[in-house]
Parts: sequence; structure tokens; C-alpha cells
Amino acid sequence: MKVLVPVKRVVDYNVKIRVKADGTGVETANVKMSMNPFDEIAVEEAVRLKEAGKASEIIVVSVGPTAAQETLRTALAMGADRGILVQTDAETQPLAVAKVLKALVEQEGPTLVILGKQAIDDDCNQTGQMLAALLGWPQGTFASKVVPGEGTVTVTREIDGGLETVELKLPAVVTADLRLNEPRYASLPNIMKAKKKPIDTVAPDALGVDVAPRLTTLKVAEPPKRKAGVKVADVAALVDKLKNEARVI
Amino acid sequence: MAILVIADHDNAALKPATLNAVAAAQKIGSDIHLLVAGQGAQGVAEAAAKVAGVSKVLLADDAAYQHHLPENVAPLVVGLAKGYGHVLAAATSEGKNLAPRVAALLDVAAISDITGVVSPDTFERPIYAGNAIATVQSADAIKVITVRATAFEAAAATGGSAAVETVSGTGDAGVSSFVGQELTKSERPELTQAKIVVSGGRGMQSGENFKLLEALADTLGAAVGASRAAVDAGFVPNDYQVGQTGKIVAPELYIAVGISGAIQHLAGMKDSKVIVAINKDEEAPIFQVADYGLVADLFKAVPELTAELDKVR
Ligand SMILES: Cc1cc2nc3c(=O)[nH]c(=O)nc-3n(C[C@H](O)[C@H](O)[C@H](O)COP(=O)(O)OP(=O)(O)OC[C@H]3O[C@@H](n4cnc5c(N)ncnc54)[C@H](O)[C@@H]3O)c2cc1C
Repeated sequence: MKVLVPVKRVVDYNVKIRVKADGTGVETANVKMSMNPFDEIAVEEAVRLKEAGKASEIIVVSVGPTAAQETLRTALAMGADRGILVQTDAETQPLAVAKVLKALVEQEGPTLVILGKQAIDDDCNQTGQMLAALLGWPQGTFASKVVPGEGTVTVTREIDGGLETVELKLPAVVTADLRLNEPRYASLPNIMKAKKKPIDTVAPDALGVDVAPRLTTLKVAEPPKRKAGVKVADVAALVDKLKNEARVI
Repeated sequence: MAILVIADHDNAALKPATLNAVAAAQKIGSDIHLLVAGQGAQGVAEAAAKVAGVSKVLLADDAAYQHHLPENVAPLVVGLAKGYGHVLAAATSEGKNLAPRVAALLDVAAISDITGVVSPDTFERPIYAGNAIATVQSADAIKVITVRATAFEAAAATGGSAAVETVSGTGDAGVSSFVGQELTKSERPELTQAKIVVSGGRGMQSGENFKLLEALADTLGAAVGASRAAVDAGFVPNDYQVGQTGKIVAPELYIAVGISGAIQHLAGMKDSKVIVAINKDEEAPIFQVADYGLVADLFKAVPELTAELDKVR
């Protein structure tokens, strides 16, 4: 079975982001960019399926600027077979990305699409669910375990109260949560090999998809700052503060 | 146009976050309908009818909705949505699972995790782990939204007297089935609802050591939470995780023990009213958001704190 894994280029999770002074967004110039961490987990899962003989080919896709090629290369170095860059400099919102992915799914015919559950920049947590909807496929979101069977996939999901297991008919969409696996670091030889793996570039138009945003960002602001607190000397002082100053106990 | 709020429930009781979603709906408009999709959920529908501000309850009772599989529930919501200007759900694991599926079927954007209503088409939502707040405006005819519970004071659970109307289901899509659930059992308050939360991090060193925090929590009537590192290490179950990609909490008092204060953790708790941090590293970033910081070894400080609180409470 073919597996398709979409990957997004985002501001690295270690970067302390800065809101632009004019309130139009977040500073991304000269900021370290990386693959969205949840997408790394998705790629890793696909690679493990291939290593286990359950997946035949892994296609990675990124929708974004030319620089998203680097993100695709990272995925190729982890073990994906080939990449597709859907090149656009426009802001891409989840619905548009889901439409692009649907077009690619129809073209490539994967049995399983594994995405990260959420991108750590817009924190939307939508694309997988939207893609499943557009394809009419079942969805196993927030997955902590994925077990393919005969014509089905069993997915254990992290839910508010604990864990839930569902069985989905293939083809299906899965979105990865943190504990699905621990992604590998690509080895140097694999990074070298990845340079020779093919990446196709297409435009959203060529896929017949209108990526125009549906939501307009009117402004981006800093959240209210917390006032710096105090250090207390010992437990007795802490209890005194909580009781007599904060009055929360 | 009326607003449809999708109730989060377990067929027995309404989940509290639904009341926060209703509160957000009240900021948008006044004609609020609650959809209860489930099986044997008559009691939930009756409770929903009492929620203040709700004018109608729609009950879709069908075996296909027993486990709220989104493949089955989304078509039901889509069928109903045409008559509404807004479809809201709490940003719980269920709401997050369902709302984007509904939005895509309606060919509209979904607006995740709103923390403010500016106008009926404009909303505030946190991005970048809450390090920025975006104000977004939707041009779509139907706005599909999930609501961050901690940002809206819950609507009253009683006082309303809405009519319950039965709506027919759309059946089983036949592509997914429920296999089982492993729910964490606890006598303590639910993490997102608790007035006090005691959370532990990697500094706890083991699941066994979480007993120290449980004793502290029980003295305070608190819930127990954790950082991702503590969950990944297997000290506590996944549903304890507080943060950007875990649960969002905003209790009266949050006590972070052996937690460094990574931005992903802060995203889940920095709206708490009072924050206490206990950490042996005085440089730990958690102290930058803590109202009261105690630089100490937790293995000494936590039992001491429990004993001291036992005395004063
Ligand atoms: C995509 C992504 C999503 C994430 N989502 C989340 C999330 O939702 N929630 C979350 O929490 N994290 C999340 N993280 C992880 C986050 O970046 C941090 O790695 C994590 O929060 C660290 O947990 P910690 O503070 O327990 O561990 P550490 O950072 O290792 O801190 C342990 C602390 O314990 C202190 N300590 C150790 N021993 C003692 C002692 N005896 N007494 C007192 N103090 C002691 C140390 O000084 C240290 O400050 C996410 C990361 C990524 C990449």
C-alpha cells in the first residue's frame, strides 16, 4: 500500500516567536524553520510501516514556498521515497491544503494518509479531518497507535478521558499525536541519498484548486503578559502567601 | 440566524465544556439550539434543555451516534447546519475531531479554539502556542467554530426550559467502528474543571513519586496534571498532559512541580489565576510566569507543603 504524508514547514518549536510591530503577523524572517514536529512523527510512522513490509511507497507532500523543499528533503532523508512540492507563496489555510491533498490523493492513489494532528504555528488541528471529509474516508485522529489489518486499520486515539480505539475501513486518514513514536534522526548517508530522491513541483492551479484564504487575519497581537512574581524563602512563606495574599487556599 | 451548539456528552451527562461553548454562543447571538447526538441520550437532552440561554434542543438518538464517530455525526450536523449561521463545539477532543470534518463538508473554514468573540464574524484565537493572538474574520455563510472553554465563563446549567425536538439520523456511514475505550479513573476533580491543579514534570523521576503530588492534591481538593515529559516517560496517563497540544487549564491555583516551563507547557496553564512553581533550578523559565516561586528540591518541599497545608486547612 502507498502512504501519503503531508509535511509543513514551520517556525522551529524552540524559537520564541515575536509579533510584528505593525500587528500583521509573526516575524518569520531570519528565524529557524523546521518540519512541524507532529509531521515528523507522521513520517516516522510511515517509514516504520514500510520497514515492517506493510507500506510499499511513501510519498511526502508539502504545500508552501520553494523553501519547503528542505522540509521534503528532511522527510526523504528519514526514509520517504519521493516528494511533491505544491508551490505557492500565498497563505495556505487548512481547507485549501485539504483540497490540494485531495487532488493529490486522487492522482497518487494512496491507501493511507498520515498527517500530524496539528501544526505548531497556526495550531489549527484541522487538515486531517478536512481531508477525510472531502474524500469521504474515515479518520483516526490524535493517534498513539496505528495497526494496519486486512482492509482496515486499527487506531488508538488520545482523547480527553484517556484512550479510545477505533477500526477504520481503508482507505483512511490518520493524524499523529505525540506518543505515536519517536522520530529518528536522519543519518548522514541517508541525507546524502535523499538528495538524489525525486521532488516534483506543481502549482495549486494545475491541480484545479483555489487556495484563496477564507479567513482574513485582521490583526495579530501579543497576549497579555503576566506580572513577574516573587520568590519565597520556604514552604511556610509560600503557604502564608497563598493563604493571606492570594487567598486561594 | 440561530446558532447550533453541538453538545459534548457521554450519553449519560453533558460535559461541562458544553456550557462554555453555549456561553461563547451567547456572545454571538441569542437564538441558541443545542444538538445532542447519541444513543440513549434522553437524559442528556433533558439536562441540555435546562441550560440557560438555550431555546431548543435537538435530539438525534441512534445507535450510529453512540460513540460519536465523526464519520456518522458529521453528515447529521451538515444536514442541520444549513439553517444556521454558526455551528459551535467545545474544543474538546470530540469537538476538535468533529468540527473540521463538518466545515469541510460545508466547504467553509473552521475556526479553532476561539478565546474571544469580537463580532458575529470576527473572533480571537491563540496561535504559536498562545504566544500571539490572531483576530480573524470569516467570509463564509456558516461559521464552524471550536471554543476554548477556559476563555468563556460557563453558562448556567439550570434556569432554561427549552423544548426537546427529535431529529432523524443519517445512519451509519459504515466506514468506522468503535472498538474500545480505556478511560483514566480518578476520584479527583476533572483537570479542566478543577479550581486547583497540581502538575508534575520530569523532575518527579517516576510514576511512583507522583504519589507525593497526589497527597498534595488531595489535601487541596485538586486535580493532578503533568508535563509532556512526564507523560512521555510513562509516569502518568496521556490525559494528564497540560499544554499546547494537551489540555488547557485556567484554575484559581496552578502548582507546577519539577516542570521547567517550556513554551508548550506554558501554553496550557499561563491563564491560571495564581501560579506556584517549585523547582530546584532558580533559572527555570517557569519562574518567569510564577506568582510565587520556591527554589527547592521537590522531594523535600512537596511533603512539607502537604503537611503545612494539612495544618492550616
Ligand atoms: C510539538 C510539541 C508539542 C509539545 N506539547 C507539549 C505540551 O502540550 N505540554 C508540555 O508540557 N510539553 C509539551 N512539549 C514538550 C516541551 O517542549 C518540554 O519538553 C516539556 O514541557 C518539558 O517537560 P518538563 O518541564 O517536565 O521537563 P524538563 O524540561 O526536563 O524540566 C524538568 C524540571 O524539573 C526540575 N527538577 C528536576 N529535579 C528536581 C527536584 N528534585 N526538585 C525540584 N525540581 C527538579 C529541573 O530543574 C527542570 O526545570 C511539546 C513539545 C513539542 C515539540
